[in-house]
Amino acid sequence: MTKLETLQHELLDLFTSNKETITGQDAPLLNEFRASAFDDFKRLGIPTKKHENYKYTNLESYLTGPEYSYELAPLNFEVNLDDLFHCDIPELATRIALVLNGFYYKHNRPVDLPEGVILCGLAEASREYPELIKKHYGKYAKAENDSLVALNTMFAQDGVFLYIPKNVVLDTPIQIINIAFSLMDLRITRRNLIIVEDSAQGSVLFCDHTLCGKSFITNSLTEIYVGENTNFDLTRLQNENGNSTQISNTFIHQEGNSNLTTNTLSLHGGLIRNNTYAKLNGENSYNNTYGLFLSDGNQHMSTFTNIHHAKPHCTSDQLVKGILNDTSTGAFNGKIYVDKGAIKTEAYQRNNNILLSKTAKMNTKPQLEIYNDDVKCSHGATIGQLDTNALFYIRSRGIVYEEARHLLMYAFANEVIGKIKLEALRERMIDMVDRRLRGELGACENCKIIHN
Amino acid sequence: MLEIKNLHANIEGKEILKGIDLIVKPGEVHAIMGPNGSGKSTLASVLAGRDIFEVTDGSVSFLGKDILDLPPEDRARMGMFLGFQYPVEIPGVSMVNFMKAAINEHRKYNNLDPLSASDFLKLMREKKEIVEITSTLTNRSVNEGFSGGEKKKNEIFQMAMLDPKLAILDETDSGLDIDALRIVASGVNKLRTQHNATIVITHYQRLLDHIVPDFVHVLYKGRIVKSSGKELALELEEKGYEWIKEQY
Repeated sequence: MTKLETLQHELLDLFTSNKETITGQDAPLLNEFRASAFDDFKRLGIPTKKHENYKYTNLESYLTGPEYSYELAPLNFEVNLDDLFHCDIPELATRIALVLNGFYYKHNRPVDLPEGVILCGLAEASREYPELIKKHYGKYAKAENDSLVALNTMFAQDGVFLYIPKNVVLDTPIQIINIAFSLMDLRITRRNLIIVEDSAQGSVLFCDHTLCGKSFITNSLTEIYVGENTNFDLTRLQNENGNSTQISNTFIHQEGNSNLTTNTLSLHGGLIRNNTYAKLNGENSYNNTYGLFLSDGNQHMSTFTNIHHAKPHCTSDQLVKGILNDTSTGAFNGKIYVDKGAIKTEAYQRNNNILLSKTAKMNTKPQLEIYNDDVKCSHGATIGQLDTNALFYIRSRGIVYEEARHLLMYAFANEVIGKIKLEALRERMIDMVDRRLRGELGACENCKIIHN
Repeated sequence: MLEIKNLHANIEGKEILKGIDLIVKPGEVHAIMGPNGSGKSTLASVLAGRDIFEVTDGSVSFLGKDILDLPPEDRARMGMFLGFQYPVEIPGVSMVNFMKAAINEHRKYNNLDPLSASDFLKLMREKKEIVEITSTLTNRSVNEGFSGGEKKKNEIFQMAMLDPKLAILDETDSGLDIDALRIVASGVNKLRTQHNATIVITHYQRLLDHIVPDFVHVLYKGRIVKSSGKELALELEEKGYEWIKEQY
């Protein structure tokens, strides 16, 4: 048996022997999906490098290894939110919710929200709002095709549930802080569901942090449904310690005239794998998938996208940029899939990478599958070094080498960060990327985050 | 101010400069002319510290200090400025941030505090006038989308901002129409004092109608083969470079 097969069996056993605890957490609707997810996971196995989508991401060394424990119920421990965070961005400070090791923190402060907006744990939502869960949960992320989705669905107990009802505009973003904190190495399963009804607007910021140096393996999955005439932004900041592994799946379903942007900034981590699936299921919708990753040491950061144009007159734009140093590796696997009937599709994709060292390595692979003639599609990928002409030009003005290099890296990264619409958030992200590129701690000054 | 002795330099093993000697004193303007491929731009790059060239022999002293082992930024902060023949476009770096960084690096080198935001903006405004830049540079990336003339004006603008002791202007006239040439040349003239010096590298005499040199040198096959007063430029304009090539 290979290491991954052994792990697969261990996880199946873990589920079987703890089935009662897992299903006993009072999230009845989530339980309905577990049995078939178990079968799917058993059938599919964990993807190896032979799997086309995982050709450049070797999960084996990241998922197997030391013994990881698993929290089957939320830890009953209290943290003082004020000790952990003083978010000093006024626009973000008011709507914060904490998720601890995958469980919605039960002592979260009440958040002042417009009428009808629901922000709570997914387990709570499955008890309190069964109609919404029934309608959307597991509808966009299909376990039968993807073993890591199956694995998430098998173990999923909690995470964030956000509901924005029809015609409601959330003017300031909701900040979700995902914390990994444990005395032992830990596997974490996180499951989020976001529903934005017709003509509603909102934005969410996910901050993923480790609060200690332990190893974490996180399987995070977010389903997002946006109805007609909606506008929704998801910004994600991934900033975890070097021993941590995060597999993050995002499944997006967009109805007509919707406008959705995800912007994922991967600043630090051991292995980060971001899969974004978007289905444009109504005419005249827009999807923007943006990403920036900064890797060093022997980190691995990998982006997989699948933008599915199912209806005519939709536009999608993908921009993913990476700066890789030391012996770090990266991958971009970007897919545009245009259905037969999806005429007048416009789909763009770009992936640009800078290698700062001779030993860093990047693989990039655009994949376009287009089944009609009436489309405008483009893709481009580059892997290069910092422009030596520009470096000399900057230095010839008296700017020292390190600073010249920094200016160029920063300019490169800025194209992605510049897409963040909310100014206060954009400026904070600019500051964080700036400090990360200088090799300083890439965390908010007010967060007590530990990096190794 | 600048003393070049027997300077030899290679690129990828090919010798381009084959023994240059040149002395530049404060207040002087030197023109270096010569046919294409004679080594003019190489000389400018070597003086500014471009590391793709390897200096194999000779010495360069600037303000009494041997600079050949110094990185480009140190030479710049000592007071050397290179106006590029092909100014580099740097998308994503705004002119304001670029100049602010450059000015403050110079100030730090001279043990001065960084300029305040308002003083900096005032300085920008003043210096923009010298080269008749009317557009706001605030939101523009360095040279990105600039026309040929704008790029060259931008070089002189940067020179005005940094106030160098020695400016080396590499083919600053190339690609300029007559109006832009006049503006650029008058910018350079306004910045002239008895304490600073200028080396103008050019292929044509026309720039020297506006920036009048004290000395004209002809560079050919990596050597200065002829030096004289400003009348040499006129002679070259009239006769071309053929007679130089025949002679050397």
